[in-house]
Amino acid sequence: METEILLHKPLKEIVNENPLFSDFFSSFQIKAENEHKSFTEYISTQPDSFWDENASSKEEIANLFVDYISGIAASEQKTTIETLDILRGIDKSKNPENCNLHLNPGEITCIVGPTGSGKSRLLADIEWLANGDTPTKRKVLINGQPADEDTSALFGGKLIAQITQNMNFVLDMDVESFLMLHAQSRLLMNAEDAVKEVMKLANELSGEPFDPTTPVTFLSGGQSRALMIADVACIGQAPIVLIDEIENAGVNKKKALDLLVSKDKIVLMATHDPLLILLADKRVVIKNGGMDKIITTNTHEKGYYAELEKMDKAMQEAKDFFRYGNELKES
Amino acid sequence: MIDLITIAGPPSSGKTSVIIKMIDSIEGFKDKCGVIKFDCLSALDEEQYAKHGITAKTGLAGNLCPDHYFVSNFEECINWAKEKGFSTLITESAGLCNRCAPHLKNVPAICILDNLSGINTPLKTGPMVKLADVVVVTKSDLVSQAEKEVFRFKIQQVNPKCKVLFINGITGQGADKLARLVITENKKMEKEQMKLRFSMPTALCSYCLGETRVGEDFQIGLNRKIKL
Ligand SMILES: Nc1ncnc2c1ncn2[C@@H]1O[C@H](COP(=O)(O)OP(=O)(O)OP(=O)(O)O)[C@@H](O)[C@H]1O
Ligand SMILES: [Mg+2]
Repeated sequence: METEILLHKPLKEIVNENPLFSDFFSSFQIKAENEHKSFTEYISTQPDSFWDENASSKEEIANLFVDYISGIAASEQKTTIETLDILRGIDKSKNPENCNLHLNPGEITCIVGPTGSGKSRLLADIEWLANGDTPTKRKVLINGQPADEDTSALFGGKLIAQITQNMNFVLDMDVESFLMLHAQSRLLMNAEDAVKEVMKLANELSGEPFDPTTPVTFLSGGQSRALMIADVACIGQAPIVLIDEIENAGVNKKKALDLLVSKDKIVLMATHDPLLILLADKRVVIKNGGMDKIITTNTHEKGYYAELEKMDKAMQEAKDFFRYGNELKES
Repeated sequence: MIDLITIAGPPSSGKTSVIIKMIDSIEGFKDKCGVIKFDCLSALDEEQYAKHGITAKTGLAGNLCPDHYFVSNFEECINWAKEKGFSTLITESAGLCNRCAPHLKNVPAICILDNLSGINTPLKTGPMVKLADVVVVTKSDLVSQAEKEVFRFKIQQVNPKCKVLFINGITGQGADKLARLVITENKKMEKEQMKLRFSMPTALCSYCLGETRVGEDFQIGLNRKIKL
Protein backbone atom coordinates (compact mmCIF):
# COMPACT_ATOMS: atom_id res chain seq x y z
CA MET A 1 0.00 0.00 0.00
CA GLU A 2 1.47 3.33 -1.07
CA THR A 3 1.27 5.88 1.71
CA GLU A 4 1.75 8.83 -0.65
CA ILE A 5 -1.12 7.75 -2.87
CA LEU A 6 -3.47 7.29 0.06
CA LEU A 7 -2.65 10.72 1.44
CA HIS A 8 -3.85 12.29 -1.78
CA LYS A 9 -6.81 10.10 -2.62
CA PRO A 10 -10.37 11.31 -1.88
CA LEU A 11 -11.45 9.85 1.47
CA LYS A 12 -14.60 8.56 -0.19
CA GLU A 13 -12.55 6.32 -2.47
CA ILE A 14 -10.28 5.13 0.31
CA VAL A 15 -13.11 3.77 2.45
CA ASN A 16 -14.83 2.40 -0.61
CA GLU A 17 -11.81 0.35 -1.61
CA ASN A 18 -10.92 -0.70 1.91
CA PRO A 19 -13.68 -0.44 4.54
CA LEU A 20 -11.06 -0.93 7.26
CA PHE A 21 -10.23 2.74 6.99
CA SER A 22 -13.72 3.74 8.17
CA ASP A 23 -12.59 2.76 11.68
CA PHE A 24 -9.92 5.39 11.60
CA PHE A 25 -12.08 8.18 10.20
CA SER A 26 -15.05 7.52 12.40
CA SER A 27 -12.84 7.71 15.49
CA PHE A 28 -12.33 11.38 14.56
CA GLN A 29 -15.98 11.89 13.55
CA ILE A 30 -14.91 12.37 9.91
CA LYS A 31 -17.69 11.41 7.48
CA ALA A 32 -15.42 9.79 4.93
CA GLU A 33 -18.15 8.13 2.80
CA ASN A 34 -19.19 11.50 1.35
CA GLU A 35 -15.85 13.29 1.43
CA HIS A 36 -14.30 14.37 -1.87
CA LYS A 37 -11.22 15.86 -0.26
CA SER A 38 -8.04 13.88 0.23
CA PHE A 39 -6.63 13.32 3.68
CA THR A 40 -4.03 16.04 3.23
CA GLU A 41 -6.62 18.54 1.98
CA TYR A 42 -9.06 17.57 4.67
CA ILE A 43 -6.78 18.13 7.63
CA SER A 44 -5.41 21.41 6.28
CA THR A 45 -8.91 22.84 5.91
CA GLN A 46 -10.27 22.02 9.36
CA PRO A 47 -11.20 24.90 11.70
CA ASP A 48 -9.70 25.19 15.18
CA SER A 49 -12.90 23.81 16.65
CA PHE A 50 -12.23 20.47 14.91
CA TRP A 51 -8.84 20.10 16.61
CA ASP A 52 -10.29 21.23 19.87
CA GLU A 53 -13.12 18.71 19.74
CA ASN A 54 -10.77 15.87 18.92
CA ALA A 55 -8.15 17.03 21.42
CA SER A 56 -5.58 16.54 18.70
CA SER A 57 -3.42 18.41 16.22
CA LYS A 58 -2.68 18.28 12.50
CA GLU A 59 0.72 16.64 13.07
CA GLU A 60 -0.68 14.11 15.51
CA ILE A 61 -3.50 12.99 13.25
CA ALA A 62 -1.19 12.85 10.22
CA ASN A 63 1.25 10.63 12.11
CA LEU A 64 -1.57 8.43 13.32
CA PHE A 65 -2.86 8.03 9.78
CA VAL A 66 0.55 7.06 8.39
CA ASP A 67 0.96 4.54 11.23
CA TYR A 68 -2.49 3.16 10.51
CA ILE A 69 -1.59 2.63 6.86
CA SER A 70 1.58 0.72 7.72
CA GLY A 71 -0.38 -1.31 10.26
CA ILE A 72 -2.82 -2.39 7.58
CA ALA A 73 0.00 -3.07 5.13
CA ALA A 74 1.79 -5.26 7.70
CA SER A 75 -1.28 -7.39 8.22
CA GLU A 76 -1.70 -7.89 4.48
CA GLN A 77 1.52 -9.81 4.02
CA LYS A 78 1.11 -13.41 2.96
CA THR A 79 3.67 -16.17 2.88
CA THR A 80 3.45 -19.89 2.29
CA ILE A 81 4.90 -22.81 4.13
CA GLU A 82 6.13 -25.92 2.43
CA THR A 83 7.65 -27.78 5.33
CA LEU A 84 7.93 -27.72 9.09
CA ASP A 85 10.69 -29.67 10.81
CA ILE A 86 11.38 -30.25 14.46
CA LEU A 87 14.99 -31.26 14.95
CA ARG A 88 15.73 -33.56 17.84
CA GLY A 89 16.87 -32.22 21.22
CA ILE A 90 16.99 -33.99 24.55
CA ASP A 91 14.48 -35.87 26.71
CA LYS A 92 13.81 -35.34 30.42
CA SER A 93 16.90 -37.38 31.36
CA LYS A 94 18.97 -35.23 29.01
CA ASN A 95 19.55 -38.08 26.57
CA PRO A 96 19.31 -37.24 22.85
CA GLU A 97 15.87 -37.83 21.32
CA ASN A 98 15.50 -40.75 18.93
CA CYS A 99 14.11 -38.94 15.92
CA ASN A 100 13.23 -35.71 14.14
CA LEU A 101 9.73 -34.80 13.03
CA HIS A 102 8.93 -33.68 9.48
CA LEU A 103 5.52 -32.20 8.63
CA ASN A 104 3.83 -31.29 5.34
CA PRO A 105 0.73 -29.22 4.51
CA GLY A 106 -2.51 -31.17 4.23
CA GLU A 107 -1.22 -33.79 6.64
CA ILE A 108 -2.43 -34.69 10.11
CA THR A 109 0.05 -35.80 12.73
CA CYS A 110 -0.86 -36.90 16.23
CA ILE A 111 1.33 -36.66 19.29
CA VAL A 112 0.79 -39.64 21.58
CA GLY A 113 2.20 -40.63 24.95
CA PRO A 114 1.13 -41.08 28.56
CA THR A 115 0.06 -38.15 30.75
CA GLY A 116 2.99 -35.94 31.62
CA SER A 117 5.21 -37.43 28.92
CA GLY A 118 5.69 -34.12 27.14
CA LYS A 119 3.05 -33.83 24.38
CA SER A 120 2.06 -30.30 25.27
CA ARG A 121 5.73 -29.39 25.56
CA LEU A 122 6.28 -30.37 21.93
CA LEU A 123 3.38 -28.14 20.86
CA ALA A 124 4.80 -25.32 22.97
CA ASP A 125 8.21 -25.69 21.30
CA ILE A 126 6.58 -25.28 17.90
CA GLU A 127 4.44 -22.35 18.98
CA TRP A 128 7.57 -20.60 20.23
CA LEU A 129 9.69 -21.56 17.23
CA ALA A 130 12.23 -23.10 19.56
CA ASN A 131 15.80 -22.67 18.49
CA GLY A 132 17.72 -24.73 21.02
CA ASP A 133 16.53 -22.31 23.67
CA THR A 134 13.86 -24.35 25.48
CA PRO A 135 14.44 -27.14 28.05
CA THR A 136 14.15 -29.69 25.24
CA LYS A 137 16.86 -28.00 23.10
CA ARG A 138 14.75 -28.69 20.00
CA LYS A 139 15.05 -26.60 16.86
CA VAL A 140 12.13 -25.68 14.63
CA LEU A 141 12.78 -25.20 10.91
CA ILE A 142 10.35 -23.55 8.54
CA ASN A 143 10.91 -24.21 4.86
CA GLY A 144 14.23 -25.68 5.95
CA GLN A 145 15.36 -22.49 7.65
CA PRO A 146 15.82 -21.94 11.37
CA ALA A 147 12.96 -19.84 12.63
CA ASP A 148 13.77 -16.87 14.79
CA GLU A 149 11.99 -14.00 16.48
CA ASP A 150 11.42 -12.31 13.16
CA THR A 151 10.02 -15.32 11.32
CA SER A 152 6.57 -15.05 12.80
CA ALA A 153 6.68 -11.29 12.27
CA LEU A 154 7.42 -12.06 8.62
CA PHE A 155 4.18 -13.99 8.51
CA GLY A 156 2.47 -11.03 10.13
CA GLY A 157 1.81 -13.04 13.26
CA LYS A 158 -0.32 -15.44 11.25
CA LEU A 159 1.96 -18.44 11.31
CA ILE A 160 0.43 -20.64 13.95
CA ALA A 161 -3.10 -21.09 15.21
CA GLN A 162 -3.87 -22.95 18.41
CA ILE A 163 -6.96 -24.68 19.68
CA THR A 164 -6.92 -26.00 23.22
CA GLN A 165 -9.32 -27.16 25.86
CA ASN A 166 -8.67 -24.03 28.00
CA MET A 167 -9.67 -21.52 25.39
CA ASN A 168 -12.92 -19.65 25.62
CA PHE A 169 -14.58 -16.80 23.86
CA VAL A 170 -14.58 -13.76 26.12
CA LEU A 171 -15.80 -10.86 24.00
CA ASP A 172 -19.15 -9.29 24.53
CA MET A 173 -20.38 -9.76 20.94
CA ASP A 174 -22.67 -12.00 18.96
CA VAL A 175 -21.23 -14.73 16.75
CA GLU A 176 -21.85 -12.98 13.46
CA SER A 177 -20.45 -9.56 14.43
CA PHE A 178 -17.47 -11.25 15.98
CA LEU A 179 -16.69 -13.26 12.86
CA MET A 180 -17.11 -10.11 10.77
CA LEU A 181 -14.61 -8.32 12.98
CA HIS A 182 -12.13 -11.18 12.66
CA ALA A 183 -12.58 -11.35 8.88
CA GLN A 184 -12.04 -7.61 8.60
CA SER A 185 -8.92 -7.72 10.74
CA ARG A 186 -7.68 -10.37 8.31
CA LEU A 187 -8.49 -8.03 5.43
CA LEU A 188 -10.58 -10.64 3.67
CA MET A 189 -12.11 -9.20 0.54
CA ASN A 190 -15.28 -11.30 0.71
CA ALA A 191 -15.72 -11.11 4.47
CA GLU A 192 -19.47 -11.76 4.35
CA ASP A 193 -19.10 -15.01 2.43
CA ALA A 194 -16.38 -16.19 4.76
CA VAL A 195 -18.60 -15.49 7.77
CA LYS A 196 -21.48 -17.44 6.21
CA GLU A 197 -19.19 -20.35 5.45
CA VAL A 198 -17.87 -20.43 9.02
CA MET A 199 -21.42 -20.37 10.42
CA LYS A 200 -22.45 -23.26 8.23
CA LEU A 201 -19.38 -25.37 8.98
CA ALA A 202 -19.47 -24.67 12.71
CA ASN A 203 -23.07 -25.83 12.83
CA GLU A 204 -22.19 -29.03 11.01
CA LEU A 205 -19.28 -29.72 13.33
CA SER A 206 -21.05 -29.09 16.59
CA GLY A 207 -24.23 -31.10 16.13
CA GLU A 208 -26.10 -28.64 18.40
CA PRO A 209 -27.03 -25.84 16.01
CA PHE A 210 -26.67 -22.21 17.04
CA ASP A 211 -27.77 -18.89 15.69
CA PRO A 212 -25.60 -16.06 14.28
CA THR A 213 -27.14 -13.76 16.90
CA THR A 214 -26.00 -15.86 19.88
CA PRO A 215 -23.45 -14.00 22.04
CA VAL A 216 -20.13 -15.85 21.73
CA THR A 217 -19.88 -16.24 25.49
CA PHE A 218 -23.20 -18.13 25.54
CA LEU A 219 -21.95 -20.96 23.33
CA SER A 220 -21.57 -24.41 24.88
CA GLY A 221 -18.15 -26.06 25.03
CA GLY A 222 -18.85 -28.07 21.88
CA GLN A 223 -20.25 -25.11 19.99
CA SER A 224 -17.27 -22.95 20.95
CA ARG A 225 -14.77 -25.57 19.83
CA ALA A 226 -16.68 -26.08 16.57
CA LEU A 227 -16.70 -22.35 15.92
CA MET A 228 -12.99 -22.07 16.71
CA ILE A 229 -12.12 -24.87 14.29
CA ALA A 230 -14.28 -23.48 11.48
CA ASP A 231 -12.86 -20.01 12.08
CA VAL A 232 -9.25 -21.24 12.04
CA ALA A 233 -9.97 -23.09 8.80
CA CYS A 234 -11.73 -20.30 6.90
CA ILE A 235 -10.84 -16.91 8.36
CA GLY A 236 -7.56 -17.32 10.21
CA GLN A 237 -4.82 -17.70 7.67
CA ALA A 238 -2.30 -19.55 9.81
CA PRO A 239 -0.83 -22.45 7.82
CA ILE A 240 0.05 -24.37 10.98
CA VAL A 241 -2.64 -25.54 13.38
CA LEU A 242 -1.77 -26.93 16.80
CA ILE A 243 -4.50 -28.76 18.70
CA ASP A 244 -4.22 -29.87 22.32
CA GLU A 245 -6.78 -32.43 23.51
CA ILE A 246 -10.11 -31.48 22.07
CA GLU A 247 -11.49 -35.01 22.30
CA ASN A 248 -14.06 -34.26 25.00
CA ALA A 249 -15.34 -31.17 23.30
CA GLY A 250 -18.35 -32.78 21.58
CA VAL A 251 -17.51 -31.93 18.00
CA ASN A 252 -17.59 -34.18 14.98
CA LYS A 253 -13.90 -35.06 14.99
CA LYS A 254 -13.70 -36.58 11.55
CA LYS A 255 -15.43 -33.65 9.89
CA ALA A 256 -13.25 -31.20 11.79
CA LEU A 257 -10.04 -32.83 10.64
CA ASP A 258 -11.28 -33.20 7.07
CA LEU A 259 -12.03 -29.50 7.03
CA LEU A 260 -8.55 -28.50 8.20
CA VAL A 261 -6.88 -30.86 5.75
CA SER A 262 -8.98 -29.56 2.86
CA LYS A 263 -7.51 -26.11 3.59
CA ASP A 264 -4.01 -27.53 3.27
CA LYS A 265 -3.02 -26.82 6.86
CA ILE A 266 -0.23 -28.56 8.72
CA VAL A 267 -2.16 -30.12 11.59
CA LEU A 268 -0.45 -31.35 14.74
CA MET A 269 -2.59 -32.70 17.53
CA ALA A 270 -1.79 -33.95 21.04
CA THR A 271 -4.38 -36.59 21.92
CA HIS A 272 -5.26 -39.69 23.91
CA ASP A 273 -8.18 -40.58 21.63
CA PRO A 274 -7.59 -43.71 19.49
CA LEU A 275 -10.13 -42.54 16.87
CA LEU A 276 -8.22 -39.33 16.29
CA ILE A 277 -4.94 -41.22 16.28
CA LEU A 278 -6.16 -43.52 13.52
CA LEU A 279 -7.56 -40.64 11.49
CA ALA A 280 -4.08 -39.12 11.35
CA ASP A 281 -1.53 -39.87 8.66
CA LYS A 282 1.15 -40.54 11.22
CA ARG A 283 1.93 -40.18 14.91
CA VAL A 284 4.95 -39.28 16.93
CA VAL A 285 5.37 -41.20 20.17
CA ILE A 286 6.65 -39.23 23.16
CA LYS A 287 8.50 -41.06 25.90
CA ASN A 288 10.03 -39.39 28.94
CA GLY A 289 9.86 -35.99 27.23
CA GLY A 290 11.57 -37.13 24.05
CA MET A 291 10.38 -37.97 20.52
CA ASP A 292 10.78 -41.74 20.55
CA LYS A 293 9.54 -42.88 17.15
CA ILE A 294 7.26 -42.00 14.24
CA ILE A 295 4.58 -44.47 13.18
CA THR A 296 2.73 -44.17 9.88
CA THR A 297 -0.90 -45.23 10.10
CA ASN A 298 -1.01 -48.49 8.07
CA THR A 299 -3.94 -49.98 6.17
CA HIS A 300 -4.50 -52.55 8.88
CA GLU A 301 -4.95 -49.73 11.38
CA LYS A 302 -7.21 -47.83 9.03
CA GLY A 303 -9.37 -50.96 8.93
CA TYR A 304 -9.46 -51.09 12.71
CA TYR A 305 -10.88 -47.56 12.65
CA ALA A 306 -14.27 -48.82 11.46
CA GLU A 307 -14.43 -51.20 14.41
CA LEU A 308 -13.47 -48.51 16.89
CA GLU A 309 -16.01 -46.17 15.42
CA LYS A 310 -18.75 -48.71 16.14
CA MET A 311 -17.65 -48.95 19.76
CA ASP A 312 -17.52 -45.17 19.98
CA LYS A 313 -21.05 -44.98 18.65
CA ALA A 314 -22.29 -47.49 21.22
CA MET A 315 -20.61 -45.46 23.91
CA GLN A 316 -22.18 -42.28 22.62
CA GLU A 317 -25.62 -43.91 22.57
CA ALA A 318 -25.16 -45.07 26.14
CA LYS A 319 -24.17 -41.57 27.18
CA ASP A 320 -27.26 -40.10 25.54
CA PHE A 321 -29.45 -42.82 26.99
CA PHE A 322 -28.62 -41.79 30.55
CA ARG A 323 -28.30 -38.12 29.76
CA TYR A 324 -31.91 -37.96 28.62
CA GLY A 325 -33.24 -39.54 31.79
CA ASN A 326 -33.73 -43.16 30.73
CA GLU A 327 -33.13 -46.09 33.02
CA LEU A 328 -32.16 -49.69 32.35
CA LYS A 329 -34.76 -52.27 33.42
CA GLU A 330 -34.85 -56.05 33.47
CA SER A 331 -36.53 -57.13 30.28
CA MET B 1 26.43 2.60 34.32
CA ILE B 2 23.23 0.68 34.62
CA ASP B 3 20.76 -0.94 32.22
CA LEU B 4 17.19 0.29 32.43
CA ILE B 5 13.87 -1.16 31.39
CA THR B 6 10.53 0.59 31.79
CA ILE B 7 7.42 -1.54 32.05
CA ALA B 8 3.96 -0.04 32.01
CA GLY B 9 0.43 -1.30 31.67
CA PRO B 10 -3.08 -0.90 33.01
CA PRO B 11 -3.76 -2.21 36.54
CA SER B 12 -3.99 -6.02 36.81
CA SER B 13 -2.66 -6.66 33.32
CA GLY B 14 -0.05 -9.09 34.64
CA LYS B 15 3.01 -6.84 34.84
CA THR B 16 4.45 -8.39 37.99
CA SER B 17 4.08 -11.98 36.78
CA VAL B 18 5.70 -11.15 33.46
CA ILE B 19 8.62 -9.35 35.13
CA ILE B 20 9.17 -12.24 37.54
CA LYS B 21 9.10 -14.81 34.73
CA MET B 22 11.39 -12.68 32.62
CA ILE B 23 13.96 -12.39 35.42
CA ASP B 24 13.63 -16.09 36.23
CA SER B 25 14.34 -17.07 32.64
CA ILE B 26 17.95 -15.86 32.84
CA GLU B 27 20.09 -17.90 35.16
CA GLY B 28 21.65 -15.89 37.97
CA PHE B 29 19.97 -12.66 36.85
CA LYS B 30 17.94 -12.37 40.06
CA ASP B 31 20.97 -11.16 41.98
CA LYS B 32 21.92 -8.59 39.39
CA CYS B 33 18.72 -6.65 39.08
CA GLY B 34 16.35 -4.59 41.17
CA VAL B 35 12.71 -3.74 40.57
CA ILE B 36 10.88 -0.60 41.59
CA LYS B 37 7.14 -0.60 41.48
CA PHE B 38 5.30 2.71 41.25
CA ASP B 39 1.81 2.53 42.58
CA CYS B 40 -0.89 4.62 44.22
CA LEU B 41 -1.96 2.77 47.29
CA SER B 42 -0.90 -0.76 47.95
CA ALA B 43 2.52 -2.35 48.10
CA LEU B 44 1.41 -5.95 47.71
CA ASP B 45 3.66 -6.68 44.75
CA GLU B 46 6.79 -6.24 46.83
CA GLU B 47 5.98 -9.47 48.67
CA GLN B 48 5.43 -11.31 45.43
CA TYR B 49 8.88 -10.29 44.21
CA ALA B 50 10.43 -11.19 47.55
CA LYS B 51 8.88 -14.66 47.35
CA HIS B 52 10.84 -15.19 44.15
CA GLY B 53 14.06 -13.87 45.67
CA ILE B 54 13.94 -10.63 43.70
CA THR B 55 14.87 -7.34 45.35
CA ALA B 56 12.02 -4.89 44.92
CA LYS B 57 10.94 -1.56 46.37
CA THR B 58 7.62 0.21 46.10
CA GLY B 59 7.13 3.91 45.54
CA LEU B 60 3.69 4.98 46.66
CA ALA B 61 2.48 8.04 44.81
CA GLY B 62 -0.43 8.62 47.17
CA ASN B 63 -2.36 11.59 45.86
CA LEU B 64 0.05 12.24 43.01
CA CYS B 65 -0.18 10.78 39.54
CA PRO B 66 2.04 7.66 39.61
CA ASP B 67 3.57 8.58 36.26
CA HIS B 68 4.58 12.07 37.37
CA TYR B 69 5.83 10.61 40.60
CA PHE B 70 7.86 8.14 38.53
CA VAL B 71 9.69 10.81 36.56
CA SER B 72 10.45 12.94 39.57
CA ASN B 73 11.96 10.00 41.43
CA PHE B 74 13.80 8.23 38.68
CA GLU B 75 17.23 9.53 39.56
CA GLU B 76 16.85 8.37 43.16
CA CYS B 77 15.91 4.92 41.90
CA ILE B 78 19.00 4.70 39.74
CA ASN B 79 21.15 5.68 42.68
CA TRP B 80 19.49 3.03 44.81
CA ALA B 81 20.19 0.36 42.17
CA LYS B 82 23.81 1.50 41.89
CA GLU B 83 24.30 1.35 45.64
CA LYS B 84 22.97 -2.17 45.64
CA GLY B 85 25.44 -3.05 42.91
CA PHE B 86 22.80 -4.05 40.38
CA SER B 87 23.50 -4.09 36.66
CA THR B 88 19.85 -3.62 35.70
CA LEU B 89 16.96 -1.59 37.03
CA ILE B 90 13.44 -2.49 36.03
CA THR B 91 10.59 -0.11 36.77
CA GLU B 92 6.98 -1.20 36.88
CA SER B 93 4.18 1.33 36.85
CA ALA B 94 0.45 1.35 36.37
CA GLY B 95 -0.67 4.56 34.75
CA LEU B 96 -4.15 5.61 35.74
CA CYS B 97 -5.50 8.09 33.25
CA ASN B 98 -3.89 6.53 30.12
CA ARG B 99 -2.90 9.97 28.90
CA CYS B 100 0.82 9.51 29.34
CA ALA B 101 3.54 6.92 29.38
CA PRO B 102 6.60 6.43 31.57
CA HIS B 103 8.71 5.40 28.57
CA LEU B 104 12.12 6.99 28.11
CA LYS B 105 14.06 7.56 24.92
CA ASN B 106 16.73 4.88 24.30
CA VAL B 107 15.46 2.73 27.16
CA PRO B 108 13.57 -0.45 26.22
CA ALA B 109 9.89 0.25 26.77
CA ILE B 110 7.45 -2.55 27.39
CA CYS B 111 3.70 -2.26 27.62
CA ILE B 112 1.69 -5.11 29.06
CA LEU B 113 -1.93 -5.69 28.10
CA ASP B 114 -4.44 -8.31 29.15
CA ASN B 115 -6.11 -10.21 26.30
CA LEU B 116 -9.26 -10.53 28.42
CA SER B 117 -9.66 -6.78 28.75
CA GLY B 118 -11.59 -6.18 25.53
CA ILE B 119 -10.54 -5.42 21.96
CA ASN B 120 -10.50 -1.67 22.37
CA THR B 121 -7.90 -1.70 25.13
CA PRO B 122 -4.93 -1.05 22.79
CA LEU B 123 -6.66 2.04 21.45
CA LYS B 124 -7.75 3.24 24.87
CA THR B 125 -4.38 2.74 26.51
CA GLY B 126 -2.90 5.57 24.45
CA PRO B 127 0.79 6.55 24.58
CA MET B 128 1.71 3.59 26.80
CA VAL B 129 1.01 1.29 23.84
CA LYS B 130 1.84 3.71 21.09
CA LEU B 131 5.36 4.43 22.33
CA ALA B 132 6.35 0.94 23.45
CA ASP B 133 9.03 -1.12 21.73
CA VAL B 134 7.45 -4.36 22.83
CA VAL B 135 3.80 -4.95 23.61
CA VAL B 136 3.28 -8.05 25.72
CA VAL B 137 -0.14 -9.68 25.72
CA THR B 138 -1.02 -11.83 28.73
CA LYS B 139 -3.79 -14.38 29.35
CA SER B 140 -4.13 -15.14 25.65
CA ASP B 141 -4.02 -18.85 26.42
CA LEU B 142 -7.55 -18.38 27.77
CA VAL B 143 -9.10 -16.81 24.68
CA SER B 144 -9.87 -18.14 21.23
CA GLN B 145 -7.30 -17.92 18.46
CA ALA B 146 -9.59 -15.48 16.68
CA GLU B 147 -9.73 -13.08 19.62
CA LYS B 148 -5.97 -13.29 19.96
CA GLU B 149 -5.56 -12.36 16.29
CA VAL B 150 -8.00 -9.48 16.50
CA PHE B 151 -6.21 -8.15 19.60
CA ARG B 152 -2.87 -8.28 17.81
CA PHE B 153 -4.36 -6.44 14.86
CA LYS B 154 -5.69 -3.71 17.12
CA ILE B 155 -2.25 -3.28 18.68
CA GLN B 156 -0.63 -3.03 15.27
CA GLN B 157 -3.10 -0.37 14.27
CA VAL B 158 -1.99 1.79 17.18
CA ASN B 159 1.71 0.93 17.04
CA PRO B 160 2.80 -0.71 13.79
CA LYS B 161 6.47 -0.69 14.75
CA CYS B 162 6.32 -2.61 18.00
CA LYS B 163 6.95 -6.30 18.53
CA VAL B 164 3.95 -8.13 19.88
CA LEU B 165 4.70 -11.02 22.22
CA PHE B 166 2.15 -13.35 23.76
CA ILE B 167 3.32 -14.45 27.19
CA ASN B 168 1.71 -16.85 29.60
CA GLY B 169 2.14 -15.26 33.04
CA ILE B 170 1.52 -18.56 34.82
CA THR B 171 3.78 -20.97 32.95
CA GLY B 172 6.13 -18.22 31.81
CA GLN B 173 6.00 -19.43 28.21
CA GLY B 174 7.53 -16.70 26.07
CA ALA B 175 9.17 -14.79 28.92
CA ASP B 176 12.61 -15.89 27.76
CA LYS B 177 12.04 -14.23 24.38
CA LEU B 178 11.17 -11.00 26.12
CA ALA B 179 14.29 -11.28 28.27
CA ARG B 180 16.43 -11.69 25.19
CA LEU B 181 14.77 -8.79 23.44
CA VAL B 182 15.08 -6.26 26.21
CA ILE B 183 17.96 -7.42 28.37
CA THR B 184 20.56 -8.58 25.89
CA GLU B 185 19.80 -5.76 23.45
CA ASN B 186 19.62 -3.15 26.16
CA LYS B 187 21.74 -0.03 25.65
CA LYS B 188 23.62 1.58 28.49
CA MET B 189 22.47 5.13 29.17
CA GLU B 190 23.81 8.09 31.06
CA LYS B 191 21.00 9.54 33.12
CA GLU B 192 21.87 13.06 31.94
CA GLN B 193 20.75 12.06 28.46
CA MET B 194 17.46 10.61 29.53
CA LYS B 195 14.30 12.09 28.12
CA LEU B 196 10.68 11.10 28.19
CA ARG B 197 9.27 9.83 24.91
CA PHE B 198 6.06 11.69 25.59
CA SER B 199 5.58 14.95 27.45
CA MET B 200 3.16 14.33 30.26
CA PRO B 201 -0.02 16.34 30.50
CA THR B 202 0.43 18.40 33.66
CA ALA B 203 -1.87 18.80 36.59
CA LEU B 204 -3.66 21.94 35.59
CA CYS B 205 -7.16 21.82 36.95
CA SER B 206 -8.33 22.28 40.50
CA TYR B 207 -9.14 18.58 40.88
CA CYS B 208 -5.50 17.67 40.25
CA LEU B 209 -4.75 19.80 43.27
CA GLY B 210 -7.19 18.09 45.56
CA GLU B 211 -10.46 19.95 45.02
CA THR B 212 -13.42 17.74 45.96
CA ARG B 213 -16.40 20.07 45.51
CA VAL B 214 -18.33 19.69 42.26
CA GLY B 215 -19.50 22.72 40.28
CA GLU B 216 -18.34 25.54 38.05
CA ASP B 217 -17.33 27.75 40.98
CA PHE B 218 -14.62 25.37 42.04
CA GLN B 219 -13.07 24.78 38.63
CA ILE B 220 -9.95 26.84 38.17
CA GLY B 221 -7.28 26.31 35.56
CA LEU B 222 -7.58 24.31 32.37
CA ASN B 223 -11.00 22.74 31.91
CA ARG B 224 -12.71 21.22 28.91
CA LYS B 225 -16.48 21.19 28.73
CA ILE B 226 -18.37 18.22 27.38
CA LYS B 227 -20.56 18.91 24.36
CA LEU B 228 -24.03 17.45 24.82
N1 LIG C 1 12.43 -32.94 26.85
C1 LIG C 1 12.04 -32.35 28.00
N2 LIG C 1 12.97 -31.82 28.83
C2 LIG C 1 12.59 -31.22 29.97
N3 LIG C 1 11.31 -31.11 30.40
C3 LIG C 1 10.35 -31.63 29.63
C4 LIG C 1 10.66 -32.27 28.39
N4 LIG C 1 9.50 -32.68 27.83
C5 LIG C 1 8.52 -32.32 28.68
N5 LIG C 1 9.00 -31.70 29.76
C6 LIG C 1 8.21 -31.16 30.90
O1 LIG C 1 7.41 -32.20 31.45
C7 LIG C 1 6.18 -31.68 31.96
C8 LIG C 1 4.96 -32.45 31.44
O2 LIG C 1 4.87 -32.35 30.04
P1 LIG C 1 3.51 -32.05 29.24
O3 LIG C 1 2.63 -31.15 30.00
O4 LIG C 1 3.93 -31.64 27.88
O5 LIG C 1 2.87 -33.52 29.21
P2 LIG C 1 1.61 -34.04 28.33
O6 LIG C 1 2.11 -35.22 27.60
O7 LIG C 1 1.02 -32.94 27.56
O8 LIG C 1 0.63 -34.52 29.47
P3 LIG C 1 -1.00 -34.65 29.40
O9 LIG C 1 -1.31 -35.87 28.63
O10 LIG C 1 -1.38 -34.79 30.84
O11 LIG C 1 -1.51 -33.41 28.77
C9 LIG C 1 6.14 -30.22 31.54
O12 LIG C 1 6.51 -29.43 32.66
C10 LIG C 1 7.21 -30.12 30.45
O13 LIG C 1 7.78 -28.84 30.36
MG1 LIG D 1 -0.91 -31.89 27.67
